[in-house]
Amino acid sequence: MTTGYANGTTTTFKIQPHPVDEVGIKERAARLATRSIKKSSKIEGLKLALSMIDLTTLEGADTPGRVRQLCAKALHLHSARPDLPLVAAVCVYPTMVRIAREALKGTPVKIAAVATAFPSGMNPLEVKLEDTRYAVGEGADEIDMVISRGDFLRGDYGRVADEIAQVKQACGRAHLKVILETGELGTLDRVRLASDLAMAAGADFIKTSTGKIQPAATPEVVLVMLQAIYDFHRKTGKKIGMKPAGGIANSKQALHLLVMVREVLGPDWLTPDLFRIGASRLPNDILMQLEKERTGVYQGVDYFSND
Amino acid sequence: MTDTATISKGSDWGYAPAPESTDHIRLKDRYGLFIDGKFTPPASGKYFKTINPANEKVLAEVAEAGEKDVDRAVQAARKAHDKVWRKMSGRERGKYVYRIARIIQERARELAVVESMDGGKPIRESRDVDIPLSAAHFFYHAGWADKLSYAFPGKKVSPVGVAGQIIPWNFPLLMVAWKVAPALACGNTVVLKPAETTPLTALLFAEICQEAGLPDGVFNLVTGAGATGAALVKHPDLDKVAFTGSTDVGKAIQKALAGRGTKLTLELGGKAAHIIFEDATIDQAVEGIINGIYFNQGHVCCAGSRLFVQESVEEEVIAKLKARMETLIVGDPLDKNTDIGAINSRAQCDRINDYLKIGVEEGAELFQTRCSVPGKGFWVRPSFFTKVAQSHRIVQEEIFGPVLAIQTFRTLNEALEKANNTPYGLSGGVWTDKGSKIFKVTRGIRAGVIWANTFNKFDPTSPFGGYKESGYGREGGRHGLKPYVELT
Repeated sequence: MTTGYANGTTTTFKIQPHPVDEVGIKERAARLATRSIKKSSKIEGLKLALSMIDLTTLEGADTPGRVRQLCAKALHLHSARPDLPLVAAVCVYPTMVRIAREALKGTPVKIAAVATAFPSGMNPLEVKLEDTRYAVGEGADEIDMVISRGDFLRGDYGRVADEIAQVKQACGRAHLKVILETGELGTLDRVRLASDLAMAAGADFIKTSTGKIQPAATPEVVLVMLQAIYDFHRKTGKKIGMKPAGGIANSKQALHLLVMVREVLGPDWLTPDLFRIGASRLPNDILMQLEKERTGVYQGVDYFSND
Repeated sequence: MTDTATISKGSDWGYAPAPESTDHIRLKDRYGLFIDGKFTPPASGKYFKTINPANEKVLAEVAEAGEKDVDRAVQAARKAHDKVWRKMSGRERGKYVYRIARIIQERARELAVVESMDGGKPIRESRDVDIPLSAAHFFYHAGWADKLSYAFPGKKVSPVGVAGQIIPWNFPLLMVAWKVAPALACGNTVVLKPAETTPLTALLFAEICQEAGLPDGVFNLVTGAGATGAALVKHPDLDKVAFTGSTDVGKAIQKALAGRGTKLTLELGGKAAHIIFEDATIDQAVEGIINGIYFNQGHVCCAGSRLFVQESVEEEVIAKLKARMETLIVGDPLDKNTDIGAINSRAQCDRINDYLKIGVEEGAELFQTRCSVPGKGFWVRPSFFTKVAQSHRIVQEEIFGPVLAIQTFRTLNEALEKANNTPYGLSGGVWTDKGSKIFKVTRGIRAGVIWANTFNKFDPTSPFGGYKESGYGREGGRHGLKPYVELT
């Protein structure tokens, strides 16, 4: 398809329809879920998952105090276990980026900001671009944008792709994660199409969901997106990252995600540079499992700090 | 796009061994024959060893039944049929069949582990496929036992009599279920001979019959090799013979039964065409190819062993198939993460390796995955041949191993012509996103079962069986009752 840019240039995206069989996808996802991850492999997998978390707070009620507490959690996951890795990033609204920046100064933890009229995306392009520039200006390393689902469902794919391309330009050096909000797309065929579109338009990562809509990062959606990334790499040689988000609350889900990445994309993708998990409750569940592996017993929830 | 140079190296995270525990398995050192409700030694006193094909260790000794033993078993089955089972109401028979199904479920873990130890199949398959399906067959047929007049409206339904049943080694317990469940539900009694390399779950099944209180002589088990099977087929007092196995043996059985009134059903070999059209969902089709040929190490009579790929997607399908095959974990069948287990026996392993040689000599191009295989035991790495033609032996003959022959085609008619150009006709598969094409293909292929956009799916309600040299008669569903009833 051809899309016009605001600055007068045009780009042609070659998006071939790539049908997806829902029954087959569900079967494959279910089969990958039967991988048995025990002992050393469980411990290493959970540590790896921790290092890939985008620790997230995205509430209308967020305050500087709340964001500072979240950043403190990002830097001190569990004081009894200094051997554990830090999370990859914290993910906040644009107005909270400055607070996070101060709290995380001098640490490797990145700052991701949602932008482009998150979560609905129902604003004019100019507002979305300004939203993006503001967040980057405040110090965001990564931008999590939403696609315009309304335009996508109307079939105006050119406009969707165009927006992504322009937001990518507005990001400058910041990495762009494109949220497809798969729970609103209706079919896996559309999830695949939206993935292909986002990657062709310049996404560094594709991301399942805002966390505001259910269903979110279901195994079948994740699998379809991983296969889209595989095909994009096969055709272009470019490695696009993947970020499932929404409803990922326990260790078993996290390990299942790692299994899917490993078996679909291969070990190259098992790095926070190419795989992230958007979550808020997940770290403590992982900590609980890791402490259980270390001590042999489960500890109560109150033994893990909750910010 | 993330700058490739700055992407950190991916983790080498992998899966630690996750072996299924065997502590709970209590195998006897030596198993007798199961005749008239009791385990008894063979008349000859001869026993043979059954080994674990993954490490060549002996699991148990099993009785070798001779003519005398077979005769005793058939007599016990005859007595039980005439005196007890035939006279019992369908509702009562159904209770026994149902009870067997329940006990299979209760002992599922034990049965799965023994199946994997004796036959080499991965525990994931015996646990998730073989054992649950075996139970499902008994449940399904338990339901028919008192409803046979509804299966054949307007007819009087009565049992056939004594059935001699011979089953193969690829799905040992599941084949017991396919054979025994309809026979018992319809009021027949059984003398069953399991394969000599995989007798253990059939022996455990005999224990289950005891546990279920099944009347003595309704189910009898004679273990042994080909000679035992031949003795069974020769026995004059059988009313019905059912055989699943190779086409050669099937032909021999048919010859042996010629001129006798004995009913016969044969479920023999296959060389299924698996057709991938350019408009297929390619990633799922690749998964279908994997399930089609590498399921159970390819020891599947309905395996999708001839792949036909439309030329326009050949490159993509083969590239993705190779990548997917490299993720298959080959090794210890008892490890929960194993995808491909051990080849069932040394003889079968040799046979597969012979075909690999033949394929290369015929000029085909061989691909094998790079995985390492254990030193002991019998193993073949997942393999496929490209650059093959209908004229090649690896395309014409059933290999019964993890070896796929890949050809390309240009049009639907060409695919159909090649798909039917085989002496077999057991199964087939088609992948396309277009519904009308599915119907065109399924109407055009002469095979008993054809899967669309999936492969190797089994269900007790669905009849299964072949055309041409793949045999005759159906197992499963209402059709599967027919060989076990007399209709008047």
